[in-house]
Amino acid sequence: MKSTIPIEMVMLLAGLLFALGIAGVVIRKNIVFMLLSVEIMLNAAGLAFIAAGSRWSQPDGQVMFVFILAMAAAEVSIGLALILQIYHQHKSLDIDKLKEMNG
Amino acid sequence: MDNLFLLIPAFPLAGFLILVTGRNRLSRRFIALVGAGSVCLSAIITIMVGLAFLSSTPPTGFYSQTLWTWLDVADFNPEITLKLDALSLVFVFVITFIGALIHIYSAGFMAHDTDYARFFASMNLFVVSMLLLVLADNLLLLYLGWEGVGLCSYLLIGFWYENPVNGYAARKAFTITRIGDTAMAIGLFMIFYQFGTLVISEISSTATVVLRQNTSGATVIALLLLAGGIGKSAQLPLQTWLPDAMAGPSPVSALIHAATMVTAGVYLIARLHVIFELSPVAQMTVAIIGAATLFVAGMSALTQFDIKRVLAYSTISQIGYMFLALGVGAWTAAVFHFMVHAFFKALLFLAAGAIIESLHHEHNMFKMGGLKNKMPLIFWTFLAGAVSLAAIPLISSGFYSKDQILWYAWAAEKGNPMLWFVAFFGAFITAAYTTRMMIVTFYGEPKTEIGHLPGKLMTVPLVVLAIFSLIAGFIELPHNFGHFTLFSDLLSPVFPATELRVEENTEWLFQLLAVLATFGGVYLSYIFYYKQPYRIEKLRQSALANGLYNFWFSGWGFDRLYNSLFVGPFVFISGINKNDVVDKIYTGISAGTNGIYRLLSDTQTGSLRWYIMGMVIGAIVVLGLQIIL
Repeated sequence: MKSTIPIEMVMLLAGLLFALGIAGVVIRKNIVFMLLSVEIMLNAAGLAFIAAGSRWSQPDGQVMFVFILAMAAAEVSIGLALILQIYHQHKSLDIDKLKEMNG
Repeated sequence: MDNLFLLIPAFPLAGFLILVTGRNRLSRRFIALVGAGSVCLSAIITIMVGLAFLSSTPPTGFYSQTLWTWLDVADFNPEITLKLDALSLVFVFVITFIGALIHIYSAGFMAHDTDYARFFASMNLFVVSMLLLVLADNLLLLYLGWEGVGLCSYLLIGFWYENPVNGYAARKAFTITRIGDTAMAIGLFMIFYQFGTLVISEISSTATVVLRQNTSGATVIALLLLAGGIGKSAQLPLQTWLPDAMAGPSPVSALIHAATMVTAGVYLIARLHVIFELSPVAQMTVAIIGAATLFVAGMSALTQFDIKRVLAYSTISQIGYMFLALGVGAWTAAVFHFMVHAFFKALLFLAAGAIIESLHHEHNMFKMGGLKNKMPLIFWTFLAGAVSLAAIPLISSGFYSKDQILWYAWAAEKGNPMLWFVAFFGAFITAAYTTRMMIVTFYGEPKTEIGHLPGKLMTVPLVVLAIFSLIAGFIELPHNFGHFTLFSDLLSPVFPATELRVEENTEWLFQLLAVLATFGGVYLSYIFYYKQPYRIEKLRQSALANGLYNFWFSGWGFDRLYNSLFVGPFVFISGINKNDVVDKIYTGISAGTNGIYRLLSDTQTGSLRWYIMGMVIGAIVVLGLQIIL
């Protein structure tokens, strides 16, 4: 089945999603939401890979997406563990309150 | 006998090493035994070697012994070679013999000083350095001894370092002689450049060939060497350190003035006389410096009231005579006067030291007085030295040596009436200040109580020196009486004969004039200081006489001149540069890195969102650049 959606549109969507993700990471104070935003960025990247793989009929894009999924799963598990620890230590999820590693 | 002379410097060196390593662990008796004994052994060996040398002079004219090669770099391989010829022998004899007497005297003089070992160690090293200087066969080894002498004079002048004045005097001597030493070092470089060697005998034998086409080269080298000699021998214009060097103990003054340091310049010029002969300009300069110095220092000696300062200026003046003799080419006369002067000046210093110690460290002659009957032995020995210094005719050795110089200043080919007149006037001043010193110190009313009289250790050397001061001159008699020339015969293989420009038979006239000058000087002081002392008071009333007195008293204002010319500006500049301009560069570098560190550490806020922002902006910039370029 030949796709009718032009690749530019898909890339635009992926770009927008990625930008939204970045904005989320930068703007949000809550660590949980920052983690979610990172997931959005990863998904945007995955979408771009899928679209590119479909456009040039190469399996590499899908392979890459499987990698990204695996990485995202690992990242989330570590991230959640970190968040639990941070909350345990500081009784807060505000990233601005964790400025102890300054120079 | 060939190898025995190596022991001459070896004994004092061993003494120095023992005293330095032992220091305060040794008993005072042992220190004195090692310190004085080592030099005495050297003196005995010197006399043995000297007798062997005189009885059967080696066909080459010298003993020589190579110990080892100092360094070996391409064409430059100076050796540690000691060489004893007639000129060295005279110097070695004076250094060890008078040095030994001074050391014996020191054992008594310094008996109550706490730093006994340090004193004798420095004295021994002084003797070693001087022996090395006169025994060196090449100029590099000579320079080692030369600098060693400078170091030891610094150590000994500042021996009583608790008093800052003494430390200042030591530094002054060190700095001023260093000016001359630098010039001499440049001279040695030039010699090596011209000759390709520093071995003295090779330089002497090839000098005429190498420098024939290059008289200006000879002049420059000779003047640089002369500058070195001026520094060490305290001649004009580098003489200002010597009067201040009186800060050291009296035996040190005796050693510096009689046997070691100040004669180094005389030795250097005599040893390298070939180079000086090639440059009439340089040789004339030597004579003029000598004449000027003997006059300037003589006038200063006439006004001093510190007995040791009188003797110090007197030494400067007498070394001036030696330079004058060197300058007119009367080489043997200079060395002869050096030897005679060493005897009577050592005697005068040691006797002055004995007086000063007996009078509770009173240096002012005008506070002494009346010592003739209280210290008869010191009086008679001092008189023997004074007679010789004033060159009283016939009975004193000083007469024979100084008269020779006066005669050559007139008669030698390079002499002239002006030089003779200055030397003649100098003889007059010498007699005047010597008589003044005798009268003020030993006659009149006693003004200070005597503490204790000097012991045997101090008096025996005085007696020996007094005998030598009187008789040492008889080994060289003028042509018109006796024509006995043992001394110049000994030195004749080393030095060329002095050419005369006038008939020899007028010599008696000049001897008569010299005698007149001497007695005139004696009579002048006799009138002013003994017969009619009110006259000197009246003279001091007039502004001109008083001004001249103060001018001469301050050493012709040389110290003031140098202070305003060099010391003042130097202190001023260093005051401006107190914070060190060069250091500003390094302070700037460290301040800069510090600032950068602070900037960078500000970026490490610890705020995760800032870091992410930074990454995003960076990514945008990189991507943007990618697109634009």
